Amino acid sequence: MNRYYWILGAFAALVALLAVGLGLNPRDVPSPLVGKPAPAFNLTVLATPDKTLGPKDLQGKVWLLNVWASWCVSCRAEHPILVDFSKKSDVPLIGLNYKEVRGDGGFDMSKMSAEEEKKFAFQRANAWLAQHGDPYKLTVMDLDGRVGIDYGVYGVPETYVIDKAGIIRMKHTGPVTPDILGQKIMPLLAELNK
Amino acid sequence: MIPELGHFALILAALVALLLGTLPLLGAHRNRLAWVAVARPAASALALLVTFSFACLTQAFVANDFSVVYVAQHSNSLLPIQYRVAGVWGGHEGSLLLWMLMLTWWAFAVALLSRQLPEVMVARVLGTLGLVAFGFLLFILMTSSPFERLLPGAAEGRDLNPLLQDPGLVIHPPLLYMGYVGFSVAFAFAIAALLSGQLDAAWARWSRPWTMAAWCFLTLGIAMGSWWAYYELGWGGWWFWDPVENASFMPWLAGTALIHSLAVTEKRGSFKNWTVLLAISAFSLSLLGTFLVRSGVLTSVHAFATDPRRGVFILIFLVAVIGSSLALFAWRAPKVGLGGRFALVSRESLLLTNNVLLVVACATVLLGTLYPLLIDALGAGKISVGPPYFNAVFVPLMTPILFLMGVAPFARWKEASVPEIARAVRWALLPAVVVAIALPLIYGAWSALTALGLLLAAWIVATALLNFAERVRHTRAGRSFLAAALSQPRHFFGMHLAHIGIAVFVVGVTMVSSFQEEKDVKMAPGESVDVAGYHFTFKGVRAVDGPNYAAARGEFDLAVDGRFVRTMHPEKRNYHSSAMPMTEAAIDAGVLRDVYVSLGEPIDRARPEGEWAVRVYYKPFVDWIWGGCVLMALGGLVAMLDRRYRIRSRAAATVATPAGSQQA
Repeated sequence: MNRYYWILGAFAALVALLAVGLGLNPRDVPSPLVGKPAPAFNLTVLATPDKTLGPKDLQGKVWLLNVWASWCVSCRAEHPILVDFSKKSDVPLIGLNYKEVRGDGGFDMSKMSAEEEKKFAFQRANAWLAQHGDPYKLTVMDLDGRVGIDYGVYGVPETYVIDKAGIIRMKHTGPVTPDILGQKIMPLLAELNK
Repeated sequence: MIPELGHFALILAALVALLLGTLPLLGAHRNRLAWVAVARPAASALALLVTFSFACLTQAFVANDFSVVYVAQHSNSLLPIQYRVAGVWGGHEGSLLLWMLMLTWWAFAVALLSRQLPEVMVARVLGTLGLVAFGFLLFILMTSSPFERLLPGAAEGRDLNPLLQDPGLVIHPPLLYMGYVGFSVAFAFAIAALLSGQLDAAWARWSRPWTMAAWCFLTLGIAMGSWWAYYELGWGGWWFWDPVENASFMPWLAGTALIHSLAVTEKRGSFKNWTVLLAISAFSLSLLGTFLVRSGVLTSVHAFATDPRRGVFILIFLVAVIGSSLALFAWRAPKVGLGGRFALVSRESLLLTNNVLLVVACATVLLGTLYPLLIDALGAGKISVGPPYFNAVFVPLMTPILFLMGVAPFARWKEASVPEIARAVRWALLPAVVVAIALPLIYGAWSALTALGLLLAAWIVATALLNFAERVRHTRAGRSFLAAALSQPRHFFGMHLAHIGIAVFVVGVTMVSSFQEEKDVKMAPGESVDVAGYHFTFKGVRAVDGPNYAAARGEFDLAVDGRFVRTMHPEKRNYHSSAMPMTEAAIDAGVLRDVYVSLGEPIDRARPEGEWAVRVYYKPFVDWIWGGCVLMALGGLVAMLDRRYRIRSRAAATVATPAGSQQA
């Protein structure tokens, strides 16, 4: 033993910290909404633009809310997992299309009327689902992102688990991976549906 | 086809690196001259292969080959050519390849410029670099190849992040990486010395110019990043204590300590263990910085696409490189002699104090950077550590360093006398106090902290001039003052130049944080606003089209005392490829102040011809911050070119080469 070994000890401690750090997600900010009622909304349904949908229509069911947009690259990454999920599970998966046109950034919103924006958004969202598959029981359109603000959306995609009483039980920020689906979401859904 | 050639060259490079990392080291250990002789050609081959590979990737960018995933992700056919070339290092994979390119160039430079060193030493140095290169090449090939194909190819690329489409960011990463990677040479010298057991003055002398070169690049790289943040991000700040900035600042602090400690080891044979440890630390901190940026462990504005697999790989690499070198150090260090003795007050003790303070500063940055991670790992919540912490710990640590910077050049080696130093520096106190009292009053408000900053800056300049004059007087020997002044050694010029650079930097920081003014206002065309005597009139906004963006360009008339100075054009750019609007501030730069206008958002999005949110800044002395950095780097460059690194090493070569071949 010599007096220089403490350096190795200090380094080992640093490595241990970094190794633990690798397993954590710094973006995984705990949502203050977990444990609170899902904020109410009443938004137009993509497939049937004359109808609207809100959390109260799903009262009594355990359901998932997935925030997506056609301009969101990470949504494309999680999409096959959602499509697969929708084939295997009968838990309703509701899509919340978030700022379909405004969020894209490629358009000059001052030159677009509200009617044009709506038409364009529906067209884009439908085309995207037609191309990549539609895992959603229904998708609602949050054109101006107001519902997104109520839900504290700060990165698309995000996924919420909401229980029979309409309480948010879990929020996941970023793309859903098979691990997160299998190890966190599915067990939670099974427990809530018991 | 060309990307495949690039990929293939990279695989070959990994094999060559493995060869370079094993044979010469074994040869040096077992006295096999033939194995030792592999080092130089292998290092050259490695540099050639990686350069070829890099050229292949560049070609894919220039030719808009969107069948390469990396190109499709970071380029676009509308992207101007200079940004297509810079796009090569616009993402994770390519910037790693740039890292690699620079590592092999450093190794090649060592191979080329080390004719005077013993062959065995060169073999150990290049061998160590070869092992590091091998690790990085494996990392690139296994987790982050930039040559992966997208079949069928994309019709159009996604475009380079608009934040990176800027001349500042074209040169910032290469400079920074040159610095990071350059410390690998000092590291390799330290490892070679530990392996051979010869930690002596010769080793310190060989290491010094290399360390200095890396330090100069790092200084410029950090300054460039800071300057870019200032003019591009549009909020007028120049340093944010972001984890990634800290990742570059930590090796800088350790490297600065290393430069000073190497001086003691060379001149007096003391601090050997300490110097080796610093050399290992400086490079280890560069690697740690890479880990922190690439693994996604910390959140930062520099969000590279993160991938846990990469994090695991770098962590393993980190353990292998740093762990083995620290183990080697712990094993060898107890056998290293202590070197020359020195008194409580001496040049050595002052430099030791400098070292301790710099290392403590480095440790506080490390603590502040990793603390959020530690709290998260303990499950105690999410926190972030910001400027208040860093500013609070930095001022008390830097104050003694800056004070001693003025004193240390007057202290003799071995033993110095306090009264003697005090007599020598007493005349510096007068101008320092005058500046500290007068300058803040001229700018309208005197505060203790402002005065302290200016006092220290003026102190450094005054003592540097006094020290220079004293040395010239002592070495005059009948010549004219000017002739004697010009004949001073370059390392002496370099030292004072770099120290004056620090003083200039301190003036900039002190003045801008004490006297800057900013206004956030809502302006309609025709309205005007006054900041610190500057009168801005908003003339309106019009739409302008760039090659791959559409911009709203504002027009402002700047006037002082009713006199028109110039028209300024800040822009708000919407790149076709990105949702994030970019701010291009308009800056009227000057020696004593910058005035700075940036456009926010239109108050009513539907009426861009109406009112806009506008930010106006007055920033006194802000350019001194980067000017100081340039002087520091210049000082390093001058010191590095000191004649004795060449003359003495040539003398050493005649002695060392036979000794080397006997060993081998």
